[in-house]
Amino acid sequence: MAFETLSDRLQSALKTVTRKGKLTEKDVDVMMREVRLALLEADVNIKIVREFINEVKEKAVGEAVMKSLTPGQQVVKIVNEELTKLMGETAEGLNLASKPAVFMMVGLQGAGKTTHTGKLSLFLRKKEKKNPLLVACDVYRPAAVDQLKTLGKQLGIAVFDKGTDANPVDIAVEGIAYAKEHGHDLVILDTAGRLHIDENLMGELSQIKKRVSPQEILLVVDAMTGQDAVNVAETFHKELDLSGVILTKLDGDSRGGAALSIRKLTNVPIKFIGLGEKLDTLEVFHPERMASRILGMGDVMTLIEKAQENFDEEESMKMAEKFMNASFDFNDFLKQMKQMKKLGSFSDILKMLPGVGNQLKNVDIDPKQMARTEAIIYAMTEAERKNPDLINSARKTRIAKGCGQSVDEVNRMIKQFLDMRKMMKQFSKMDPKQMERMTGAMQAGGKAPGPGFGGGVPAKKGKGKGRGGFRF
Amino acid sequence: MGFFDRIKSALGGKKEVSDTERRAQENYKEGLKKTRGTLLTQLQSLFADYTDINEDLFQELEDIFIMADIGVDTVVDFIGQLKEAALEAGVTDPKELQRLMVDKLFEIYVKGEFVNSNLKMNKEGLTVILFVGVNGVGKTTSIAKIAHQLKGRGKSVMLAAGDTFRAGAIEQLQVWGERVGVPVVSLKEGSDPSAVMFDALKQAKAEGVDVLLCDTAGRLQNKVNLMKELEKVKRVIEREVPGAPHDTLLVVDATTGQNGMSQAKAFLDTTEVSGIILTKLDGTAKGGIVLAIRNEIGIPIKYVGLGEKPEDLVHFDIEQYIYGLFADLFEDGA
Repeated sequence: MAFETLSDRLQSALKTVTRKGKLTEKDVDVMMREVRLALLEADVNIKIVREFINEVKEKAVGEAVMKSLTPGQQVVKIVNEELTKLMGETAEGLNLASKPAVFMMVGLQGAGKTTHTGKLSLFLRKKEKKNPLLVACDVYRPAAVDQLKTLGKQLGIAVFDKGTDANPVDIAVEGIAYAKEHGHDLVILDTAGRLHIDENLMGELSQIKKRVSPQEILLVVDAMTGQDAVNVAETFHKELDLSGVILTKLDGDSRGGAALSIRKLTNVPIKFIGLGEKLDTLEVFHPERMASRILGMGDVMTLIEKAQENFDEEESMKMAEKFMNASFDFNDFLKQMKQMKKLGSFSDILKMLPGVGNQLKNVDIDPKQMARTEAIIYAMTEAERKNPDLINSARKTRIAKGCGQSVDEVNRMIKQFLDMRKMMKQFSKMDPKQMERMTGAMQAGGKAPGPGFGGGVPAKKGKGKGRGGFRF
Repeated sequence: MGFFDRIKSALGGKKEVSDTERRAQENYKEGLKKTRGTLLTQLQSLFADYTDINEDLFQELEDIFIMADIGVDTVVDFIGQLKEAALEAGVTDPKELQRLMVDKLFEIYVKGEFVNSNLKMNKEGLTVILFVGVNGVGKTTSIAKIAHQLKGRGKSVMLAAGDTFRAGAIEQLQVWGERVGVPVVSLKEGSDPSAVMFDALKQAKAEGVDVLLCDTAGRLQNKVNLMKELEKVKRVIEREVPGAPHDTLLVVDATTGQNGMSQAKAFLDTTEVSGIILTKLDGTAKGGIVLAIRNEIGIPIKYVGLGEKPEDLVHFDIEQYIYGLFADLFEDGA
């Protein structure tokens, strides 16, 4: 995951203070030096680092923090807030009002413009029910037009091109006319990549802009970019007045400091992040979530949203009921596991949970574990699944034979299940304050929850509580 | 004589500077014009602001070099060495520090070795060169430029279209093949890249080609499966031509920041990278990360991209690079 190394470094810096009951100014100084290096290693722009350090320091040595009961955690909270502020507090949407809405993709060579033209069109077709048209304005890079056409074919999305001999400005204008004629309500212009210092090509972009007045001009930036990211963004912004940034290749191990820098120094919001080579790997950028992800505090909101997309609301409510009165049985467990699989790989999910990400770095999660658990349940009779208490040792032996695993394995699974059920029942009786303490203890203890735990998140949401449990 | 003085005397128009060397100097100076801009302004104002050498000066120097994307560890190391050298030489004038700084940078790169930026050519038979790197750094374009240069030197060249994944990648290499006038071996999109290599190697051997340049799909270094795929590509090449690939070149975008280090490590692990091509250096990016890569893992830079034209991809020359970065210091300074 992106940001991983940054969060490692930051967390180890922050750890020096989180456990302390008392905090001196010197403690803060020592910590801030580490934080400074962590941010620089993450390619955060140096001007921002300086400012950031000063701001956090000022707040951290303030009286309210020093006198509070948990000064360390207060400092973490400040760092989190400042990080969020750096990245622009809330997610920003796109301007889709016009018919057709015209978007222009710009950026350096190799940032991922063409790929993200494809991704964005797919995203907006799915989420906004748009009927997009892609326009191939990159006539310079060999086979750029072919690339866009191939993407269009893969996605079933229309592509307008005039080969490589036409003028990009004309292609853009004609593309929009074509869109109007053929009922497309969204046009995305893929332009040629260029160095921001290339005056001819920058002039061409300005001309396209003047002729088609796009609603959005999106700068595509490679997350691996170093200190130069800000120069690039500033130049494009000056020339074109950007409306947003798409940060690509965040699925690499880059620390993505560019993300922190661009928003702050240009005031252009980051709107999307690209997380893979496949075309459905585009996500809306949520600064507040990214900040807590960087600090390893988990990203519960994204998890909840993912869950909502994939879970049936009614089903979740029923499941929640069952949790509360402990009538949760193996059939429910099975259902729950199936839903979990839809959320993505298990280790990805766990990383979104507060306090888990960092602990898990070196833990190998066996993706087959879930399959094994499933196999055990499949080997049970319907009656056993409905009433786990029924399972005695003779039944266990039969189940073990049925699923090809040892009795120990079966025992362990059943015990885990019963423990979880007990825990869920306790959770349901807890008031929010207790819950807070509990999650705090879990973070400190660093125990990764067993499989099946994740299903509790949407269920809790269904009951209208739970969010409070994920603060520090 | 230190490196600084050598460059200065070379600039002084002494006779030993050949025409080609001067042209190379101009090439670097022109290509690095934008790169140099901010760095120099910062350095000049720094040296103008300080009348004596103190901790603050070093702190600011550190920041300036970090902004050039030279890795944090390397910069800390470099500044440490600089401090020591200044103390040892009894330097008190910040102007003098400039000279030491350039010398130290040079030393960090050279590390007392003779660094050769030429490609390793197989004297008997086929030379195979493998190109690797993350997405969008300019692998295909670099291959085209090198093919053009090799062809100009009378070599017969063939290209292998090993990027079977990205839409339009094969076509892109084919267009280049046509422009440069060299054959391209390809299979259809989605094929196993190792199969492409196998075919290309067979064909190159059969036709008695001098150099085979192998393109691969861009891949982020943390994608285990894709790195395994690359390992296989390399295995196939090793098996078909003993001693090959003769060079494995990692292509790095000059705008890359600290992640370049992680790229170099991962690709070194899977493919024994023997050199780096630093592309897009004609922008404002400084590509300092390659100095850190050289300093921390030892991989030398073989080529740098200073512009769009085929001849703008030039063999890396540390003297020219440092000269390109600090040209005005040499001219105006002391």
